[in-house]
Amino acid sequence: MTLHELPATAEIIERMDDSSSIFTLRLRFVDPARQTAFRSSPGQFNMLSMHGVGEVPISISSDPEDIHFIGHTVRAVGRVTHALATLRPGDRVGLRGPYGRGWPLQEAEGGDVVLVTGGLGCAPVVSVIDYVMRRRERFGRLVIIQGVKHAEDLIWRQRYEAWAHAPDTQVWLAADVGGPHWAWDVGPVTVLLDHAEFDHAQAHALMCGPEPMMKAVAERLLDDGMPTERLWLSMERNMHCAVGHCGHCQLGPLFVCRDGPVFPYPVLAPWLRHRSL
Amino acid sequence: MASEPGFLPRDGLDRLIEALRRDGREVIGPRVRDGAIVYAPIAAAADLPAGVRDAQSPGAYALHAVSPDERLFAWANGPQALKPLVFVPHELLWSSRNDGADGPQFTAAEPAARPTAVIGVRACDLAALALQDRHFLREPYPDPAYRARRDALFLVAVHCTHQADTCFCASTGDGPEAESGFDLALHEIDDGFIVAAGSDAGAAVLAGLDLAAADQARMDEARAGVEAAAAAQSRSLPSRDLRPTLLERLESPQWDAVAERCLSCGNCTAVCPTCFCNAEVNEATIDGRENGHYRQWDSCFTSGHSYLHGIVIRSETRARYRQWLTHKLAHWHDQYGRSGCVGCGRCISWCPVGIDLTAEVAALAGEGTA
Repeated sequence: MTLHELPATAEIIERMDDSSSIFTLRLRFVDPARQTAFRSSPGQFNMLSMHGVGEVPISISSDPEDIHFIGHTVRAVGRVTHALATLRPGDRVGLRGPYGRGWPLQEAEGGDVVLVTGGLGCAPVVSVIDYVMRRRERFGRLVIIQGVKHAEDLIWRQRYEAWAHAPDTQVWLAADVGGPHWAWDVGPVTVLLDHAEFDHAQAHALMCGPEPMMKAVAERLLDDGMPTERLWLSMERNMHCAVGHCGHCQLGPLFVCRDGPVFPYPVLAPWLRHRSL
Repeated sequence: MASEPGFLPRDGLDRLIEALRRDGREVIGPRVRDGAIVYAPIAAAADLPAGVRDAQSPGAYALHAVSPDERLFAWANGPQALKPLVFVPHELLWSSRNDGADGPQFTAAEPAARPTAVIGVRACDLAALALQDRHFLREPYPDPAYRARRDALFLVAVHCTHQADTCFCASTGDGPEAESGFDLALHEIDDGFIVAAGSDAGAAVLAGLDLAAADQARMDEARAGVEAAAAAQSRSLPSRDLRPTLLERLESPQWDAVAERCLSCGNCTAVCPTCFCNAEVNEATIDGRENGHYRQWDSCFTSGHSYLHGIVIRSETRARYRQWLTHKLAHWHDQYGRSGCVGCGRCISWCPVGIDLTAEVAALAGEGTA
């Protein structure tokens, strides 16, 4: 067995509740050597396992340069994630990874970076935001666009407010359904593209969220003149093995776990056209 | 490996079985069990299905006996291929133990495999094994358990001379003659077998049998047998690359037509020698301390296959059949360089409602109705 196929024990160092069903775990491998050796790039994911329950793929939401902790933001929606929701600091789980291909951050250097996310899609791009903030001189404008279904679904409100004050950074938020304390837009995330200011010709757009949302955003950006190869989507599918063996995550000819989860739009476009693929 | 094909008389087959058993190999061959020919351990040639014939058609498989003096391999393949020997239906990947404060401790399963010789392997199944090799042994995560079992296999092919009505390997280019991937290959003729080596290990076994060279008349008889089998196949696929045909028809009403008959039972995927989908499941002891993390066969016809946080992406049979057929016949080209179908016809025989893959392709291509 290679290292990548066997989980190692990791401890919950910190737990934060982001909403009633979303929580963030900061983990650390119990074995210091394993922790030191762990390297990930933004957009990759780990397999988290609950003893006796099962494994689940979760994207890495922490800064890849933080060598002390690995962060995962999880929504309790299924059997394993509900079990993960019971974890408290000091509890231990299994962790293997990282897996998959992440965001094209080197290709994006020199231009504007537009992040368009929906729902918990913000989690996999938080590490992109951290990455760009740490290397600010290498990138142009940073545009952070996030949509949620209901105003109360917005997690990390303070972080968005902090990012909005960073240089050359725009934050645009929208909720399909607003609320009494919702100061931002109401409507689909595509309305925010009217406000965002960036150079379409040399920007890269990184998207993560529900497929219909990403598809709508991609089509809108193409209409606005963005080159198709500068659009990137992070996909989700059922994943059991994370290494392209189990077959569950197939989308057309793609194994999402191995070939993705981040794909250039032209690779996905033929398959996004069809329902239930 | 350079050795001339030898002639093994009919009553000499036990010498071959004994030679294969040398070095501790378990010998597996075709046996009649529960009304079907399956691969199972054999002790001697007497265990083989002498004089047994099969009749296969969409949704039907039946055996009948002719004379026990008749040929041993005069049938087309049964429900199993080599798949269960390498990609086993249920196996432990790792286990974890949790005694409390230290949290779960993980232990990898140790790959183990016993040297195994399989007699009676068909060309289609060798082609399927080569496809499974490409999937499970692909870098950078080659599967260690598959690797161990694969390396332990010694394969004795039998060139097909009796195709079933459901066979179409000639059109996929995978049979009826076995061309590669075997250690030894047998042509069964009236008075015995022509034995040829396909590997150094096979050549060593063949040399130990000390056979007379096969004469031209017997070679001609053998050649005529496989040619007749190829010519007798009535089913076919219209092309070896159906990507354009299928991918232009992802919204065809034919998917609804097949969904009206398909039971989503997954039999086709269970008998398919190339289907590789598997699920990872956990089995914990009742006190919760020990947990086994297992891999078991799965099927794209189940709802759990495309489950994604609360929704099932392919919730309708239409979408599941489309996933299976387009993966098998189209996307496999992108993933592994060729079609995932080897023309064995098992999915046709073992479909409880007799859905015929070749007829579905013809209907989709507008060449007929399924």
